[in-house]
Amino acid sequence: MKSTSNRSKAYKVVSMILLFVLAFLFLFPLYWIITGAFKTGQDIYATTPAWFPSEWSMVNFAKLFDRRSEPLFQLGSLAGPIVPGAIRWLVNTVFMAVMAMILTCITAAMAGYALAKKRFIGRALLFSLIVCAMALPKQVILIPLLKEMSALRLYDTLWAVIFPTVGWPFGVFLMKQFSEGIPGEILEAARVDGASEWRTFSTIVLPMVKPGIGALAIFTFINSWNDYFMQLVMLASNSRYTISLGIATMQAETSIDTGLLMAGATLAAVPIIIVFLIFQKYFTQGITMGAVKG
Amino acid sequence: MAKQPKSTMSRALVRRETTSGYLFLLPSLIFFLGFVIIPMITCIINSMTDANMGTQGLGNFVGLYNFQKLWGDKTFREALWNTFLIVIVSVPTVCAFSLWVSSAIYKLNGKLLSAFRCIFYLPVVTGSVAVTVVWKWMYDNYTGVFNYLLKSSGLIEKNINWLGDSRFAIWCIILILFTTSVGQPIVLYVSALGNVDQSLVEAAEVDGATKFQVFWRIKWPQIMPTTLYILVITTINSFQCFALIQLLTKGGSGTNTVMYYIYYTAFKLTEQAGHFGYANAMGVVLAIFIGLLSALQFKLAKEK
Amino acid sequence: MKKMKKFLALGLSVTMALSLVACGGTAQNGGDPAATDTPADGAQTSISLWTYPIGGWGDEKAVKELTDAFEADTGIKVNVEYLAYADGDDKVNAAITAGSAPDLIMEGPERLVANWGAKGYMVDLSAMLDDEDKSEINGAALAACTTADGKVFEYPLVMTAHCMAINKNAFEEAGALQYLDLENHTWTTENFIKAVDALYAKYGETVAAVFCAGQGGDQGTRALINNMYGGTFTNADHSAYTWDDPANIKALEQLKSMNGVAFDASLQGGDEITKFYQGILKMAFCWNIAQQLDPNAAGTGAEKTITGDDIVFMSFPSETGESKLCGGIWGFGVFDNGDTAKVDASKQFIKYMCDSAKTADAVKTAKYFAVRNTTEGVDLSGIWADEPIMAEYNKLMPYLGDYYQVTSGWAQARTSWWNMLQDIGEGADVAETVSTYMAEANAAAAAG
Repeated sequence: MKSTSNRSKAYKVVSMILLFVLAFLFLFPLYWIITGAFKTGQDIYATTPAWFPSEWSMVNFAKLFDRRSEPLFQLGSLAGPIVPGAIRWLVNTVFMAVMAMILTCITAAMAGYALAKKRFIGRALLFSLIVCAMALPKQVILIPLLKEMSALRLYDTLWAVIFPTVGWPFGVFLMKQFSEGIPGEILEAARVDGASEWRTFSTIVLPMVKPGIGALAIFTFINSWNDYFMQLVMLASNSRYTISLGIATMQAETSIDTGLLMAGATLAAVPIIIVFLIFQKYFTQGITMGAVKG
Repeated sequence: MAKQPKSTMSRALVRRETTSGYLFLLPSLIFFLGFVIIPMITCIINSMTDANMGTQGLGNFVGLYNFQKLWGDKTFREALWNTFLIVIVSVPTVCAFSLWVSSAIYKLNGKLLSAFRCIFYLPVVTGSVAVTVVWKWMYDNYTGVFNYLLKSSGLIEKNINWLGDSRFAIWCIILILFTTSVGQPIVLYVSALGNVDQSLVEAAEVDGATKFQVFWRIKWPQIMPTTLYILVITTINSFQCFALIQLLTKGGSGTNTVMYYIYYTAFKLTEQAGHFGYANAMGVVLAIFIGLLSALQFKLAKEK
Repeated sequence: MKKMKKFLALGLSVTMALSLVACGGTAQNGGDPAATDTPADGAQTSISLWTYPIGGWGDEKAVKELTDAFEADTGIKVNVEYLAYADGDDKVNAAITAGSAPDLIMEGPERLVANWGAKGYMVDLSAMLDDEDKSEINGAALAACTTADGKVFEYPLVMTAHCMAINKNAFEEAGALQYLDLENHTWTTENFIKAVDALYAKYGETVAAVFCAGQGGDQGTRALINNMYGGTFTNADHSAYTWDDPANIKALEQLKSMNGVAFDASLQGGDEITKFYQGILKMAFCWNIAQQLDPNAAGTGAEKTITGDDIVFMSFPSETGESKLCGGIWGFGVFDNGDTAKVDASKQFIKYMCDSAKTADAVKTAKYFAVRNTTEGVDLSGIWADEPIMAEYNKLMPYLGDYYQVTSGWAQARTSWWNMLQDIGEGADVAETVSTYMAEANAAAAAG
């Protein structure tokens, strides 16, 4: 008995050490991005890595903000103040991710409820379609989607990136799993009381699936933020670029400026990390909710 | 299951349910049909034509010629194999790793636990492109930190060309994919393990069960739904490796995947006759491959 | 839960505000190819120009001066987007697929003439060239911009020769300066091999990389391999690729056997330049005058590496020392988007930049050599007189070789080329690999 407890203690110590090493390794890329952004050219291009910036320099950010300039936003003929292109990219990215998130949550909550609680014709077929399409990478439908967006006159607008994200059926699947937990009797009672379908949905179903919506919101937001591929194909003008696309473009240049890239990466990563750290509790809550039910 | 409610539900009720069901589905269906299903159908039709970039309308029907051509295309076979390899390696390792991490951290005190959770989740929120560019720098053949550390610690003599050597490149990409995939599973497992019925665990321990037995007989079945969910999201994630391939190797050094090859055929090899049809045919093959995989997963899920 | 509610409400209101703002931004923007254009009379015409990084034409500030001057003179607004070589083609092709190609594009004949022009996406510009223009423009450059049936899909502006570069300080330290003819910027293959050996003996590391991570900058590897023993890339009438020329095989085998040379599948041309600026590689095969003038990312100045070493541009080594350099001929092409007003405006732009008193500014922005000596009576031959680096670089211009980039199947050929180099680098049999990939490229050439 004693030997086992010793062994389990040793195991615990070893695994804690391993965990700290791993945590360090997971943190390192982020550390490298942020310190890289503040390093001078001499530090960046040193043949032995400079583990810490020998001097904190803003030169990379100065270069990043000096590159292109765009209006902060455009509303018809009304344009915002001229800002560095990278700031516009950030505005675009936030707009895209938030729009995708809202549209997905609304449509998926409604559809998930219908799939879980309504016994309609074609339900089984629709559900299998959804399941099969869930893992489908967008590259598969690249050409038809591009032509469709062009026909809808959406090419080179953020909507061309947002709509396919909303169409991706993972959200519906997730919300269906959630809605299945709603007791049928409550819905039946509401019907007997003469509540309309919409009223039932908005006053009974929605509050019950709220945690699920939270989970889905987070999932969609992050996915949309990271959906580099659609951005690459659908967006052509610098004023429509997202921050990911902007960094990728800098990476494709003739002579690659690593410091500049890291400044861009910092700009892309830091805001979302701050949001994540502030709302960390909701993130973990939301994500967990998704699985417990799912 | 389908029969029973029918006998108890009146025809009018069925009709009412169907109408209201579809009304609720409508907003979602517009997007799903419009931006997933219709393009998919177009893709299938197009895969049987010789359409290229300049083709107006459909192009000429060529039957299954593109699929035949795919069968003989060495690059495509290699890309398909790599796609398969990425999924088959990353899904189990992500699951096993996150389960191990979670079981090691879920009993820690609140602050430490959330710190660990955050750290493992950070690569997910950092964003795929930002993560990719920094890894590219770390993998660098001449000035990367990996080669520097390995060389200065005497483990290797010559620099390893991580991304330029077909023995390593695909594994380097899988590693990046791995770090951006484990965040969510860890969060999920931590909470699933925390929710395991403690009285059952205690009862088993009183009965003299070993740690392993407790885990396998009591905890594992209880976290099964979480595991299945993790399998699904990790599989989805593994197919999203386009940015890594495009920004790191351009499909070279034995890292081509079907996802990248479709893009490449569509927009780089524009002189090839019928390249759009050909790219669509690849899409169809990939979709079938994925459809089968998803079906298999859900069959497994149902059995449990 | 209450907090969650507040958070959601806050998020929602922020989004609403944002969506109002950005909606407008996405829906409308002047000069946007996808937006519905209103060709109302009196409204300002605007055209879009996409440019590859051709010297200073990749720099927003420099280009804006030119387009502002053009707008002031003609009232036509030019919206410029900047492409990169690594993924520019993909972007243009995606735009063509979406029916939203730009009005104007700036690049070389391999894309404008052999690819998009041959496919019928471009407007024939031959009517813009009168006999005087034809006599003024460099004959070889104009020929490359013209198809076999006399259509001109590129109005050329500037040209240069692609070359290579060496780190002079490193050569000095390794005692390899003796192998270079610094006066004429030439050297022989024999001396190149000796120099690499000397550098390797000194540094014990890779000193030069046959980069092959992608097609970026591949003119460098092509020129190196072709020149070493006098091989060719295509046949004389540009109908087939001739990579299996024994001279090319010999060069590849020679490079493969050299300790100081690595076939590096993690580098493209751009990465190679970065490594050369860093002082790691002692030579760069992807070079031209634009790089020579570039003060590099750390800002240590033109003709200097980041470590402060001197950079000397060199012709590629060949048996006699007289190489055939790959040329770059850059100019403008017009996409046929079916809008005559925009085509006319685009032609006006081309005339302004390539054939007017303003041409000197356009050429100077590009930092290359003008394709003509005079334009509309203005003498262009002296515009670089006060720039010693340019004058020195002019020594390489007589070595300009055949402009073979217009061979059909070009995109496939470039893909096959870097894949071939990767395979050879991994130890595949040289002759066999070359013939496999050459067959791939030739199949594309025959189909095109």
